[in-house]
Amino acid sequence: MDKVVIVGASLAGVHAAEALREHGYSGSITLVDQHVGPVHDRPPLSKGALSGKTPLSACVLRPESWAKEFAIDYLGGRSVVGLDTDSRFVTLEGGSRLPFDGLVIATGLRPRPAPWLPAGTPGLHLVRTDDDAQRLGDEMRSASSVVVVGGGFLGLEVASTARSLGLDVTVVEYESSLLSRVLPPELGEWFANVHRRNGVAVRTDTAVIGVQESQPGLTVRLSDGDEIETELLVVALGAEPVTEWLTGSGIEIDDGVVCNADLSTSVGGVVAAGDVVRWPHPETGKCVRLEHWTNAVEQGRHAAGTLLGANEPFRCVPYFWTDQFDARARFVGWVSPTHEIFVKSSHEDSLVVAFGDRDELQGALCVNEPKELAAMRRLIDQGTAWSEVADGDAKTDNVPTTDATRTVTPNEVGGMDE
Amino acid sequence: MSVNVELDIDKCQGYANCLIEAPEIWDFDEATNKAILIQEYPAEELRAKAESSARGCPAQAITVVVD
Repeated sequence: MDKVVIVGASLAGVHAAEALREHGYSGSITLVDQHVGPVHDRPPLSKGALSGKTPLSACVLRPESWAKEFAIDYLGGRSVVGLDTDSRFVTLEGGSRLPFDGLVIATGLRPRPAPWLPAGTPGLHLVRTDDDAQRLGDEMRSASSVVVVGGGFLGLEVASTARSLGLDVTVVEYESSLLSRVLPPELGEWFANVHRRNGVAVRTDTAVIGVQESQPGLTVRLSDGDEIETELLVVALGAEPVTEWLTGSGIEIDDGVVCNADLSTSVGGVVAAGDVVRWPHPETGKCVRLEHWTNAVEQGRHAAGTLLGANEPFRCVPYFWTDQFDARARFVGWVSPTHEIFVKSSHEDSLVVAFGDRDELQGALCVNEPKELAAMRRLIDQGTAWSEVADGDAKTDNVPTTDATRTVTPNEVGGMDE
Repeated sequence: MSVNVELDIDKCQGYANCLIEAPEIWDFDEATNKAILIQEYPAEELRAKAESSARGCPAQAITVVVD
């Protein structure tokens, strides 16, 4: 192998490139991305880089000298529109071709558009790229109100940032609780309380049914009959894998690129990494897709190894975080609204919750409790029985607090599907 | 071979990813919300964990030098 093409200068793409060199690969690496300019790290784009507290220039993933240092041919500002797996080339917009013998798919996600809202509506924002964050941040600093549609992680982080800038903020969520893809309703409620305490209007069980331009901004019409006047509207309804360019290529697609356990795809010499990947869960065999920073780093590295012939299954203990107001929430392991939960401690400014499934501790959520998080991670690695956790037998470093300690079964929390 | 871990405390933003990746090498100061480096020269067996903690730091505050 001497011609590797990586599509997507994403976190996964960058780490795949570095790992190829670390493993001793000395052929060419071409990294293609539609984005022009330096590659930015995304987590700050809904927090510090959005508020203006952190300059965008401080959120660059790698310095300009990086491509030269790793002998990478970086093609910025070029969209990839097609893949031919028989003749083995990718097609760029405009028709030119890039031949490869090894290919890394790292095209990630794009924001899911709102069906009820035409693109280009003034005051409408999606948040994914550095340009998006720059634009929204600039407008936020001179606006007095924002409606955020979608009470997931991104929407809540944007809400928190906007409120910290002094805007009136309303979060509109279609489901009956916040963060419902990940958490059972009562934990969603814990986060809703953080937001309410900080002055955010949280409206669950509410859909947006229309948006009209008004002076000086927009009128958002809600399913309960209310109308909200706002200057800015942020749509944060999740994101979808960028895979249209793979249509007809023979690569299996199903809400992402369907991968084998080692992150190889249905076509030889083609691997995938990051948010775009759907691969079999190491324990249940069920295919999963993770939209986590750490997963993109580790999958990028792993996919590079697979491309070079290592072919080991990708295993991970997922880890992700979200910062909202003073709540620094950290998740470790597998967390689902259908898992059993054990609330070890719950206070206004901190929270420790264990998640169990198949009689084992699977994951944990710790807010402002980093040491508890490390202890939970160790218990997850050890394969701790759920009964030990729920009975309080499993030892963590910190002294358990007893208020609000109890278990909740999936039935009691609604048994939602992911 | 020696493994040298360095922390740029000014860059540290208290993500605590390092503590998750390598609890042998890192502790956490909950008062200052910053990582604490407890093993500047960890044993060679901890090299992979040290490198994971550097890679996993979103603030890019950790450097591992292997001589």
